Amino acid sequence: MVAPRKNRDQPWLMRTYSGHSSARASNALYRTNLAKGQTGLSVAFDLPTQTGYDADSPLARGEVGKVGVPISSIEDMDQLFDQIPLDQMNTSMTINATAAWLLSLYIGLAQRRGIDPKKLSGTTQNDIIKEYLSRGTYIYPPGPSMRLIADTINYTVKNVPKWNPTNVCSYHLQEAGATPVQELAYALCTAMAVLDRVKASGEVPPEEFPQVVERISFFVNAGIRFIEECCKLRAFGEMWDELTLTRYQVTDPKLRRFRYGVQVNSLGLTEAQPENNVQRIVLEMLAVALSKRARARAIQLPAWNEAMGLPRPWDQQWALRMQQVMAFETDLLEYGDILDGSPVIAAKVSELIAGARREIENVEAQGGIIAAIESGYIKRELVGSHMSRLRAIESGELKIIGVNCFQETAESPLTTGSDGAIMKSDPAAERQQIERLQEHRRQRNDADVRAALQGLGDAAKSGDNIMPSSIRCALAGVTTGEWGDALRAVFGEFRPPTGVDIAIDSREVLGRKDQVTEIRDRVARTGSALGRPLKILVGKPGLDGHSNGAEQVAVKARDVGFEVVYDGIRLTPQQIAQAAQEEGVHVVGLSILSGSHMELVGSVLQELRARDLAALPVVAGGIIPPADAERLLALGVRAIYTPKDFNLNAIMGDIVDVVRENNGLERLGLLS
Amino acid sequence: MTNLGLPDPEQLAARILRGERAAVASGLNLLDNRLPAARSRAVRLLACLSGERWLTAGHLIGVTGPPGAGKSSLVSAMIREWRLAGTTVGVLAVDPSSRPELGGGALLGDRIRIKTPAQDEGLFIRSLANRNQLGGVAGEVWPMSWLMLACFDIVVIETVGVGQTEIDIAEIGDTVCYVAQPASGDTIQYLKSGIIEIPDIFAVNKADLGAAARKTASEIGRSAPRQDRREGWDYPVCLLSATMNTGISEFHAHFDRHRRFLVAAGLLARQRSQHQSAWVLRLLKEEFGSFGLELVGGRAAIEKRLGEYRSSQFEEYERMREHILSRLLSVNQPTLSP
Ligand code: B12
Ligand SMILES: Nc1nc2c(ncn2[C@@H]2O[C@H](COP(=O)(O)OP(=O)(O)O)[C@@H](O)[C@H]2O)c(=O)[nH]1
Ligand SMILES: [Mg+2]
Repeated sequence: MVAPRKNRDQPWLMRTYSGHSSARASNALYRTNLAKGQTGLSVAFDLPTQTGYDADSPLARGEVGKVGVPISSIEDMDQLFDQIPLDQMNTSMTINATAAWLLSLYIGLAQRRGIDPKKLSGTTQNDIIKEYLSRGTYIYPPGPSMRLIADTINYTVKNVPKWNPTNVCSYHLQEAGATPVQELAYALCTAMAVLDRVKASGEVPPEEFPQVVERISFFVNAGIRFIEECCKLRAFGEMWDELTLTRYQVTDPKLRRFRYGVQVNSLGLTEAQPENNVQRIVLEMLAVALSKRARARAIQLPAWNEAMGLPRPWDQQWALRMQQVMAFETDLLEYGDILDGSPVIAAKVSELIAGARREIENVEAQGGIIAAIESGYIKRELVGSHMSRLRAIESGELKIIGVNCFQETAESPLTTGSDGAIMKSDPAAERQQIERLQEHRRQRNDADVRAALQGLGDAAKSGDNIMPSSIRCALAGVTTGEWGDALRAVFGEFRPPTGVDIAIDSREVLGRKDQVTEIRDRVARTGSALGRPLKILVGKPGLDGHSNGAEQVAVKARDVGFEVVYDGIRLTPQQIAQAAQEEGVHVVGLSILSGSHMELVGSVLQELRARDLAALPVVAGGIIPPADAERLLALGVRAIYTPKDFNLNAIMGDIVDVVRENNGLERLGLLS
Repeated sequence: MTNLGLPDPEQLAARILRGERAAVASGLNLLDNRLPAARSRAVRLLACLSGERWLTAGHLIGVTGPPGAGKSSLVSAMIREWRLAGTTVGVLAVDPSSRPELGGGALLGDRIRIKTPAQDEGLFIRSLANRNQLGGVAGEVWPMSWLMLACFDIVVIETVGVGQTEIDIAEIGDTVCYVAQPASGDTIQYLKSGIIEIPDIFAVNKADLGAAARKTASEIGRSAPRQDRREGWDYPVCLLSATMNTGISEFHAHFDRHRRFLVAAGLLARQRSQHQSAWVLRLLKEEFGSFGLELVGGRAAIEKRLGEYRSSQFEEYERMREHILSRLLSVNQPTLSP
């Protein structure tokens, strides 16, 4: 047995992305996680908090406390950090459209506890661009949203200097299908857009601008092709170093360092044979830990049951232990950069850099990343990349163990427990949060609230930095929904392009050609038999932003001959039923991954009945545990698809049969 | 195949005239349906709906222009104005289908741009694929627009047109608007082709882009007045921005002004009846071929007959269609069920 060397590097920050049900329940979870050796906190907020709605808003129904913690006011923030010393904690908040608000609540809480905000350290994700492209919790149009980001940067650089006000994310782009080159290019374009905006605000004197550049950190992904991923991170470092020097004249190399945190890839984690995800996660972590020169500052890992539902504390503990084994048992942290000098690595890095430069030029030529979002260009590129990936899985060209090969398995003892091997958020959480919120509204001083909101609206209109008035709102007891609405009134709202209108023949891969031809024939024949071409509505009810599945279903449906209506994410059940009626579709397909499928599917069915459309068949897909699938089928849903149904051709064949059956035609059965 | 599920046209017509959304939706489905049994009912439905109103009431607006010019965004901006004034709006948004050898499917993406406040009962949007029909407009759009006219104050038809063949739109709208993309090849093409004769109103969108938009507007401004299509109409060219919401109310006002112009010049009813007979002819020809047309006396005779029944062309259409069918059936032994 060899004893570890003394001069080991410091390990990265170890976090687990978590939060659920209520501030109190999440606080308990955080404190146990810290006791287990976790060194920072990573807060997951629920979707109403992320999209600026109060728990009692009709749009929040079924979503409160589901995928994260609900934070309605400073009282919730206080409860969330109960017995956690804010000046000693490093807190990362995955918050974007409402980042300025949650940061204000955090700063307001520190002030209330007598802590100097200068001592606060942590991160607000605060990157709106990838929200439009992937993550989906946007509210306001690009212009005002970029201004909010600039405001938080300008404010924290002066007043909360240890804070990372924004975390430019390429993580979510990969989760939406981006290739390494796309990740590099779009993340760097985003960083430029942010820095340019801050510069244009003129709030920071030129000699202090390097400090702003230094505060920009990144949140990156690492997939299973871990050598390429390792090279991608080295490429990021080199490109950032160059860009900050040439574009922003940052001469101190220390201020040009590419600082990043990581969550490893979850898109590739499977529902089938979920234990295999452990290997995947560990290999992916290697990509960001291996080379010292490009090592992550903070890592959070998904759990083995990622594709099944939310992780339980034990699942998260297992993920944390993976990090600890890597950091403390292996000799990884005892060496300098082991990849320096490798010609193979250097060549791959250059190749990635060259590709990313080309794409950056391309985006700049279109007027920059905001213009390329508004025009739909980047979203289409991402949908196209994801389509290529899925079609390679369908054809077997890209092997996924346990999914499209080596499917045979013994029964897993991991998944046989009575809880379905996932975490269930507290079903009473929504009601309790609403009561708590309403009680809070009764307790606070209405005149203070009105004055604070007035100040917020004035700042929004005048262009003054939004932070001081937001902090005043926090201290006055303003709620998340009130803050969100006050800015909605000034800025308006925005829905970005869906990106599904990619050209049909622009990509070579069509998946299995023979199957596609066969389904096209079935779609056409069924359309003729019914008198008009088959028409499908793909709907995303609720606040759920997971669009990948819906997008790919929409594109595939178009490719096999359906006329497809897809209006993007975050629609109400009423809007979906109304669209189904106005559009005269033959079938409605709902996609729900947020865990609110029982409430949302139920409401859509009810809305359809209210419009004389009880006979319209509805199918649904997403993260739907088997027991819920049974209940939905009993409610009248015709078919349920989950991630293990990876073959979209087969799904299309099945949907054609659902329509046929509904119209008295015989089913055509499985594709040959 | 059974006819089960096909609605009764008389009842449906009554419900449509009452403005019932469910009825409007199933009426549109019926007009889209190509089964023989559905066709007869569709014709009956149109006949039940027709009347003087179809020549005088409401406003049919066609919006065309290259993809991405901002047609849907502009339609959305105008809808906001109309809805504020309490005017009800029906929209038919036509998007291209993929080529038949590529499956013929379509992504209908206009709804998301013509964004609607939830639950607006005064707005109804139906998206359609053009199904590879020439002219960028599916033949179904015609009757659908008349159906909508029976229950909405304004009917807007959005179609993609790139300046070569979209004559159809001229035969649909009372007022046709061309939306130009600043400094694009499409617009130049458009100006060169004869189709500049069609629009009544020109919109150069994306004025926020600055010089390019101004240049395009002045190019169009130079070409538009050269045509001498209609005395008394000024063919306005508007520079505006859908996203910045500038120039919208002036633009919006031209539509109502154009309609008043048509009425004053006695053109509204004349144009509509021409459009309707063009469609009836096209449909008879499509269904029965030239031989079928001969069975009711040939093209000229049909046109004459339709001209005599200006406010009830669809009833006349139904009679001619039945006549042709019965002649055909007396030749072949009946195989069709009505
Ligand atoms: C990718 C991903 C993301 C991406 C989404 C990118 C995008 N634009 O879609 C990003 C990183 C942005 C993201 C964010 C979040 N995520 Co996420 N995410 C995933 C992940 C890893 C994969 C989902 C996916 O895209 N799969 C690929 C597509 C093609 O598959 P699919 O959608 O399942 O669709 C297939 C079938 O289900 C079916 N199908 C699906 N829909 C439909 C519809 C029809 C009509 C038909 C016929 C078929 C069908 O067909 C498809 C083909 O196989 C899952 C876990 C997993 N591995 O499944 C978590 C997961 C869905 N996410 C989760 C959570 C909690 C979040 C967050 C809410 C976290 C937070 N608190 O902020 C955020 C916020 C997102 C938001 N705004 O709602 C949870 C949901 C928990 C639950 N249901 O209880 C999951 C399960 C992870 C976990 N275990 O915690 N996520
Ligand atoms: N800059 C700018 N962009 C616009 C304007 N109007 C629309 N757009 C953008 O142009 C693109 C196409 O708009 P859309 O209405 O869908 O065009 P359509 O294809 O003609 O219906 C979208 O990305 C819009 O955001 C405008 O006034 N200015
Ligand atoms: Mg459009």
